[in-house]
Amino acid sequence: MKTLWVAFAAVMWTVQVQAEEMKMAVTTSFHNSGLSDVLLPAIRDDLGLEVQLLVVGTGQALRLGAAGDVDAILVHSKTAEEKFLAEGNGTHRREIMYNDFVFIGPKSDIAAVGIATSASDALQKIAASEQTFVSRGDDSGTHKKELSLWRGAGLNAETFGDWYRAVGAGMGAALNTAAGMNAYVMSDRASWLNFGNKGDLALLYAGDPVLFNQYAYIPVNPEKHGHVQHDLAMQLEGWLVSDRAKELIDGYQINGETLFVFNAVQ
Amino acid sequence: MGDLWDGLSQAFFLLVTLDGDLVEITLRSLQVTLSALVIASVIALPLGALLAVRRFRLRRVTIAVLNALMGLPPVVVGLIVYILLSRSGPFGVMGLLFTPTAMIIAQVIIIVPLIASIAHQALRELWTEYHDLLISMNTTHVQRMKALLWDGRRALLTASLAGFGRAIGEVGAIMIVGGNIDHATRVLTTAIALETSKGDFALALALGFILIGLAIAVNFAIHWLTQTEREGRW
Repeated sequence: MKTLWVAFAAVMWTVQVQAEEMKMAVTTSFHNSGLSDVLLPAIRDDLGLEVQLLVVGTGQALRLGAAGDVDAILVHSKTAEEKFLAEGNGTHRREIMYNDFVFIGPKSDIAAVGIATSASDALQKIAASEQTFVSRGDDSGTHKKELSLWRGAGLNAETFGDWYRAVGAGMGAALNTAAGMNAYVMSDRASWLNFGNKGDLALLYAGDPVLFNQYAYIPVNPEKHGHVQHDLAMQLEGWLVSDRAKELIDGYQINGETLFVFNAVQ
Repeated sequence: MGDLWDGLSQAFFLLVTLDGDLVEITLRSLQVTLSALVIASVIALPLGALLAVRRFRLRRVTIAVLNALMGLPPVVVGLIVYILLSRSGPFGVMGLLFTPTAMIIAQVIIIVPLIASIAHQALRELWTEYHDLLISMNTTHVQRMKALLWDGRRALLTASLAGFGRAIGEVGAIMIVGGNIDHATRVLTTAIALETSKGDFALALALGFILIGLAIAVNFAIHWLTQTEREGRW
């Protein structure tokens, strides 16, 4: 029995390196793009700040911020962000960068999304041909964007038939589902390029300005939650809008494609 | 099929090179689950013994509830622990959310009913054997429980190992209360979920094989350390 305890104590003994730490809730699309793997080590080197990422959907990120469980959030759903600020949960909203959404579908492309003239046209083609379409259905920024695009195309997603599948999962899981069902899906470009299980899917349509996806940074309001590390959150914001961040964000590429465009007002 | 082989070879590669991240999340998996196991055993084993030796009014109800709670959905436990530990919740001031401690709490809640139910089942049979002897010796309840716990230790080991099995493979609760933060709360199961969502099935499988191997290794280690199943001493 004694040896058992010694073995147990050995496992429990883990060295904790103490650096300054803060928690930030980010969207799955930001993390799956791989950009965080470039930015976080640079932040650690420049500021000595360990940013712990909680990778969740925008809906959950906003909930975590409102409950004071994180120090800042980085999300992409302007209407939801403004509501978050109006409720006094954050101090301010700072736009950092944007990427874009793309339409993915089977290479056979029965709905002819590949020759669409606009994002609305692409969605109307999918709806008209009733080809299977996978929706995030998880109240995330991407999901909200998709719903607003359907509305923009003059269609109501709630009235769709069986071909419209809301999976209620993150971007990666939705892409896995689409690959399995050979379905159409809307994804951010970064998640798609980094996705390892493409199957028979291909990028069919992109480029409509309405598909641009603005990321914004919001520090959680210290007046509402006294324990949040507002100083660290402000330090991080200063770094995120710096020339160093601009260089790293604009320079980040996958397969030679630029993913994010830095557009913070410096 | 290709993914399976890729997974196997990648698992082998990760193990041989002792990949730094792999070692870190594996140790954290062990740390969280073994802590939860020790705490849960300390609560559940005496509880099982108590239910075996004492007759009290709500005993049947307690046993039925414990049995039902063996199937406690981890994701619900995770959500409840999250709400309790959230900064806006009753225990928010302790700042435990998104730490390994929160994960341990969730796992303890999940496995206590399982360990207690199995322990009670095993000790009940032992109690029927010991009943007359222990009563005639005019022992106290605590003495009876001690005797049962000691003499039933082999069966109790099985109860604890069942708890370990449930906790080490659990992902729903620790994903919610731990947050799967890299270098802070990422463990094997949440890493597998993450790699699956990235579509990197080979790496996810590799981690899965390592998790299974780990569970087997821990079981062997505990059996060896406590010297069960050896010739001459069943």
